[in-house]
Amino acid sequence: MGNENRIINLLLKLHIALCLLFIFAPIAGSFVFSLNSDRFPSLPLGEFSTEWYRLIWEDPLVWQGFANTVVVGLTVAVIATVLGFGGAYTDFRYNFTGKSFYLALALLPPTIPVVIMGLAMLAFLSRVNLSGTTISVIIAHGVMCSPFAMAIIRLRLSQMDPDLEAASWNMGGNQWQTLRYVIIPFAKPAIFAALFITMAVSFDEFAVAWFVSGLNETLPVKILGFLQGQVSPRINAIGSLAFLSSMTLIILAQLLLRSPEDKK
Amino acid sequence: MEANAQMEQHSEAIVTFDNVVKRFGDFTAVEKAHFEIGRGEFLAIMGSSGCGKTTTLRMLAGLEDPTEGAIYLDGEKVNGKATWDRDTPMVWQSLALFPFLTVQENVEFALKMRGVGKEERRQRAEKWLEKMQITEFANRNINQLSGGQKQRVALARALVTEPKILLLDEPLSALDAHLKVRMQAVLSNLQKDLGITFVYVTHSMSEAFSMADRVVIMSRGQIEQIGTPEEIYREPYNRFVAEFLGSANIFDGVVQGPAGADGWQVAYEGGETILPKSELPDGRQGQKVTFIVSAENMQLSLPDSGQPGIEASVAGEEFIGGTAMVFLETAGGQELKVQKSHDELSLLNLHAGSKVVVHWESGSCHVLPGENK
Repeated sequence: MGNENRIINLLLKLHIALCLLFIFAPIAGSFVFSLNSDRFPSLPLGEFSTEWYRLIWEDPLVWQGFANTVVVGLTVAVIATVLGFGGAYTDFRYNFTGKSFYLALALLPPTIPVVIMGLAMLAFLSRVNLSGTTISVIIAHGVMCSPFAMAIIRLRLSQMDPDLEAASWNMGGNQWQTLRYVIIPFAKPAIFAALFITMAVSFDEFAVAWFVSGLNETLPVKILGFLQGQVSPRINAIGSLAFLSSMTLIILAQLLLRSPEDKK
Repeated sequence: MEANAQMEQHSEAIVTFDNVVKRFGDFTAVEKAHFEIGRGEFLAIMGSSGCGKTTTLRMLAGLEDPTEGAIYLDGEKVNGKATWDRDTPMVWQSLALFPFLTVQENVEFALKMRGVGKEERRQRAEKWLEKMQITEFANRNINQLSGGQKQRVALARALVTEPKILLLDEPLSALDAHLKVRMQAVLSNLQKDLGITFVYVTHSMSEAFSMADRVVIMSRGQIEQIGTPEEIYREPYNRFVAEFLGSANIFDGVVQGPAGADGWQVAYEGGETILPKSELPDGRQGQKVTFIVSAENMQLSLPDSGQPGIEASVAGEEFIGGTAMVFLETAGGQELKVQKSHDELSLLNLHAGSKVVVHWESGSCHVLPGENK
């Protein structure tokens, strides 16, 4: 095409390649070394080995951390998505004074530095005698994840013709029926995407979990524990698995968020 | 008022608007709407955007509540009654079909909301799909349909509960001209077949006049006139209606005195004419009078023909099918329009700037009652 500048195109491509390299090189490295028999990551590589995977498979501590992560992740996904849907629907449905303030407040948590968030959560949860329990991690992650769910569902609802809701009322559907048969079906792809993304966020979140989890550590907190004790290629193995599970969730969410009208 | 006279024609009303006012904050959307809609009538509410026609319809549907006054539906006062407790289905300008449901599911929706069982839902929906000739699309997705097909789905969906009244909010505005005319015929026939009341909101005069039994003309929240298309066209009530219809020339004159036994001599800027007494029964000398002469009742002559009338020059011409609308300007600056056949115009051999004399039969003058109270 005549209106494209070759040099700019080339620079942009280079830029993308560098971005991808910086993001994925460490992850790829970690993945490669997780399958390497050597104790320390160095070149040339040793033999191919699944030893480190076997070790973490047999480590009860890893399993415990993983179980905590899954329980927390699933619960948080549901709680955050329900809260997020409520916030998004409130925004779609109602106009009231102070609405922008309400929205700012609802979307605030991700902007708070995690250390401050973690400290505040710890201070609060220990007062209500919940600190150091799995529930405390669920509460903290629920607060942190619901804005993501709200943002995703809000975006979907903003694409909805407001007449759809009125049309449902007009055809005999009361407000609950309309919510069930019109609003939720319309927002369904976004609701599932929100479930996956909030689960992924909870999966990866370290700092706040570190403050409030006590003995019920989630996997990222466990990994830090391993790192402090000894440098082991097991970390690479765990990291690779964690990366795979997070990416799966995010990709699923992205697939759902493609406009459903485009799929046809 | 004329609206009251019209009311008595429909002794059995399905809808009564009793001095209904709707305000949004300081803005008055509908001001003292007072009219009835007859059972089985096709009523069009017409006006330009922001005139309050859609608000009127939404109040009837129960989507807005009147600020003052009462609305009666089938004898029952429905102020405050939720839209889901009324049976006033609406066909939306956006159609508002559910994109996540199939055609069949869309049509079944209102029955599902009313707790009708699955099998009965299917049968009743199929009946309407058949009636609207869209059976073959039953399992399609909404966005696989054309504009006309979507229109039919919207109609089937609204009619599936067999309501006594159907509300339509500019349903044809998104269609192209050809399809629009076809859908007008579909709607007209449907309304006659079903015998139910249609309330049809539109900004298009051609839609309103071609389908409706009666037309309500609104502007800035006020009802300007209610009547059959013929009545409104022949006898617009006031200046607004005459201008809105756009096919008449409006003159402001003063009664000079009687002209013969059954006429008044009236002077207006640029000329004099005779108004029939039937148009102005209680006229008197010096009275101000506003009257119209429709564009097709005006005659054109060349200045050298000696015909008395207003002198004007041609400003332009607009082609309207078999006729043309000639736009003229008088010496006093008034704009006039005259509709004539192409044959007649070619004899005059007009071009921009040509001088002509405009005249008309005194019987073709109509006094605007709303301007002469």
